[in-house]
Formats: sequence, structure tokens, C-alpha cells
Amino acid sequence: MSNHIQNDFEKSLTEKSKVAKWINDRLPIISTLENTLFKHAYPKNLSYWWNFGSIAGIALVVQILSGLFLSMHYVANTELAFNSVEHIMRDVRYGWLIRYIHAVGASMFFVALYAHITRSLYYGSYKAPREILWWIGIIIFLLSMATAFMGYVLPWGQMSFWGATVITNLFSAIPVVGNSIVTWLWGGYSVDNPTLNRFFSLHFLLPFLMIGMILLHLVALSTSGSNNPTGVEIKTKKDSIPFHPYFTIKDMLGFVVFFLVFGYFLFFYPNSLGHPDNYIPANPMVTPAHIVPEWYFLPFYAILRAVPDKLGGVLMMFGAIALLFALPFLDRSKVKSGAYRPLFQKVFALFIVNFFFLGWLGKAPAEGWYIWASRFSTFYYYAYFLIILPNLPKFEKTLPLPESIDEDYKSKHT
Amino acid sequence: MTNPVKNESRRKLLTTTAYATAGVGAACAILPFIDSMNPSSDVQALASVEVEISNIKVGEEKKVMWRGKPVSIRRRNAEEIQAAKDVNLAELRDPQEDSARVKPGKEEWLVTIEICTHLGCIPIAGEGEYKGWFCPCHGSQYDTSARIRKGPAPKNLEIPPYEFLSDTKIKIG
Repeated sequence: MSNHIQNDFEKSLTEKSKVAKWINDRLPIISTLENTLFKHAYPKNLSYWWNFGSIAGIALVVQILSGLFLSMHYVANTELAFNSVEHIMRDVRYGWLIRYIHAVGASMFFVALYAHITRSLYYGSYKAPREILWWIGIIIFLLSMATAFMGYVLPWGQMSFWGATVITNLFSAIPVVGNSIVTWLWGGYSVDNPTLNRFFSLHFLLPFLMIGMILLHLVALSTSGSNNPTGVEIKTKKDSIPFHPYFTIKDMLGFVVFFLVFGYFLFFYPNSLGHPDNYIPANPMVTPAHIVPEWYFLPFYAILRAVPDKLGGVLMMFGAIALLFALPFLDRSKVKSGAYRPLFQKVFALFIVNFFFLGWLGKAPAEGWYIWASRFSTFYYYAYFLIILPNLPKFEKTLPLPESIDEDYKSKHT
Repeated sequence: MTNPVKNESRRKLLTTTAYATAGVGAACAILPFIDSMNPSSDVQALASVEVEISNIKVGEEKKVMWRGKPVSIRRRNAEEIQAAKDVNLAELRDPQEDSARVKPGKEEWLVTIEICTHLGCIPIAGEGEYKGWFCPCHGSQYDTSARIRKGPAPKNLEIPPYEFLSDTKIKIG
């Protein structure tokens, strides 16, 4: 199924430069990169929805660089951590800028990631032959969440401490060995200095594992080729254009827009995406009246709280993400792209609205009608994957697919 | 091939044995690293705290820190003790007599680790439907014997090991 159409528009760097050839003959790094990124053909009808992968990539680079400089001033010790963050904010030259870049950047990264996942869900990018590409993506998503969670603990404010307490306690729901696992995770009998230290180590390590995963993601992508809005694969050269210069320039445009949004939050509302309680130093004796995780975890937090049973809630929450691994097999429709599936469009729109609603519920207090609303929403989240997607093809009359990408392109652009 | 393998199965056994030994060795080498993440000896050393309780008035609660965890020492009034005793055990999620949760003759004093058994928040004393504890995080409610009555928590608040050194002093741990 791999994509055999290759573009020959562009000469390899090794043919253009003798130095490049000399290096490549000894270490084939140039040809490997070219083959992975540029050699395979790209559909010529990719929309702006295909910009978010590269945007998430640049956002990760921003995080790693800003994080590196923060780590030069931060101290991972419960006595000193909070003050060292304030030291960065007040005394370190441009420390405020670097820290705000890192804090706002985490949110920006998740915006890009969620948009990227939404694109895949709508256009069926998880379907054959892209299952492994999709799975690696979910692993990157999981690593991002773990990294973000541990990073949020480092400033050692009230939300850091209690967020860490609640999330690590999730593992105590595991029967029999749960409590031993939690003690092991903490390195003590409560979230304390050993916990902060190891979270810092792991927060530094995981982004590099993510880079490794992203490389695999790209290798898988270059093997199967990009999906596109029609869901019809590339058949002839007429369907494709080379990556360079068309998508290099389009990705640059995406970066420009992304950094405008980034800059807007960074310079005008740097704290709007965080919680004010995290500017109170951690206090193990007092739980804040209202614990909320960062916005990008809220939908899953709502699922956790919707279930009145401890183990059940934890399983439902992790299950909500584990379910994504089974998605290539749950969606039985032969038509890949949602653009040709009228019924799918409706349940998908409802899924997205429902996901936002779950996020809103995750922020609301766990009482009254909110609890019932989150149960309904959790039910729909699961039903979408487990009931609707497997059965939809039985009822759905899909629209006729275009013969090729080129034909679709001509019908829209002439 | 100049040197054909004489005994295919013998060679296979040897390679399998080699792999298995290396595997066991690798697993053993990982163990110390995994264990290094467990509580270190200084953390583990069972610290004990002595608390003066004569200054706690009836109906009040005092919080002390023990092993990095908040411990609540609550002096219950007669009404609260009665409410805790009158409960039908069959109604409870984690059935336990009130008498099993206090020291004999010292029903007035309820000593608990004030950490919600759901996800580790600190519940607020004297709040909730049962006037015991109410957890603000996910709405678990405990009664005046700190037993779970409502909400997602699976268990009663834990009782730490403690003893009365005198009528006015207890030792936790």
C-alpha cells in the first residue's frame, strides 16, 4: 500500500554539491532526510488543516529551548522551587519572558495537537494504511500529557502540589498493589521532595522521547503518504506536488499565524490559561477549595468525576484515550473522508461539541446537575466510538467519491 | 558452508539458554534502579509525634503533621458520638463499628489521617450531610466516625497507629 509515486521535481542535494555527496557517501544522513521528508509525493489538495502537525513540531522545539534555559535557574527542591521560579520571574534577565514562553507554549502546543487530532478524526487519517502512524501519534499525545503534568508540578504552587497528589493517587485505584505503586511513585508517604526531584528528571527526559517518536511518526508518514481532504489516495503524478517549495512555504505561513496567536497570549494575557492558585506556595495541610487541572486535561477530568466509583472513574478516564488505539478497527466505513459522509458529519459535529462541553464540565464543581451532565457527555464520548462508528455504515449513504485528487481539484478550481 | 551445523537442536538449546541468562541478568540489574525510587531510609524511619491534647475544646479539631501527612485529632461532642454509634452497619460502604475506630474509654477522641481515600485531597472537618468531613475535590462525605458515606471514595479515613501517653497527651506513630 505504500506510496510509490515519487516526485522528481527536485534534485538531491548530493547531486548539487560535492561536499554533500562526500558526506553522504560516508554517513547517509542527507539522503535519509530527503527520502523521509521530501521525496514522496504530497497530495496537491491539502487544506490548512494539514498545517497543525508542523505547528505542533515547532511548538515542541520552542518548549525544549525555553525549558533548557529555565532549567539553568530552576531548583528542584521543595524548599526552594517556588522561590526559584519567582527568582526567574523577577531577577533573571528576560526570565519572565522565557518562563511565560514556556507556560503559554505548553497551551499552544496542545492547541496545535488537538487541532491535528481533530483533522485526523474527521478525514479518517487513522484508517488503513495509516494505523501505525495513528498509534505513534497517540503515544506522542500520551507522552505530551505526562510531560505537561509533571512540568506543572515543578513551580510547587498549590495547584502543582494538589494536582500531583490527585493524579498520582489515581494509581491507588489499582487493586492489591495500588498503594505500593503510589508510594513508589512518590518515593515517600506523600508528594514530597523525592517526588519533585524525579518529576524534574522525567520532565526533562520525556520531550526527547517525544522527538524519537516524532521521527518514527515521520518515517511512517513518508511510507503511507499524507491523507487528504478527499480521502482518495494519490494515483498518478497529476494528483501530487512536491513538498518543496509548496508546503515549505505553506508551513511557514502557518508558523507566522501561530506565532501571532502565541505572541498575543504571551505579551497580553500570559496568565489567562493558568490558575491563580499556583501563585500560592504548596501547602500539604490545606487543599484548595476547587482543584482544577490545566485546560487541556479538563475533558478527561470530567470523565473521571462523572463515575461515582474510584476504580471505575480511573478506568473510564484512561479508557477514553486507550479507545483511540482501537479506532482504526471501530470505524467500519469504507469511505475515509468525512467530507463524503453526511451522517458522520452530524455525529462528528456533536462529538466535538460534546468534547468542549466535557471540558467546561471539568471546570465546574462536582455537584448537582453537572454530575448528570458529565455522565451523559461521557456516555456520548464512548458511544461515538463503540456504538455509532461501527454501525454507521449500515445506515449511511455516502456521497460519490471523486475519481482522483486531480479530478476533485479541477472541479473546484477551474 | 564449510562447517555444517552437526546438531541443530543442541545449538538452539545453547542460544536459548544464553538469551534466557542474559534476560534474567538484565532483569536483576534493573531491580536496584526500580527500588531506588521507593522511600529512602530516612523517609522510612518511622517518626513519631507527641501531641498535647488538653487544649482542644469539645467539638474542635487539631491538625498535626505526621510522616508528611495531616492527622486530625477531633474531640467529638456527645451528639456526634451518638450519631456515629447509631448507624446501621449494613448501610456502610466500608462497614466498621465506631468502637473499632477509637480507643476504649476514649470515645471522645477520634484520630484520623485526614486524607480523602479517593484521590488524596484534604477533606474539610465538620462539613457535609453527616457533619463529619466533606472533600471539596470530588464531593466525598464522611460521618462523625470518619466513615465514608457518600461520594466516590471507597474507604473510611485511615486511623494512624497512636497511643495515649496520659489523659492529655497522645503519641502518633
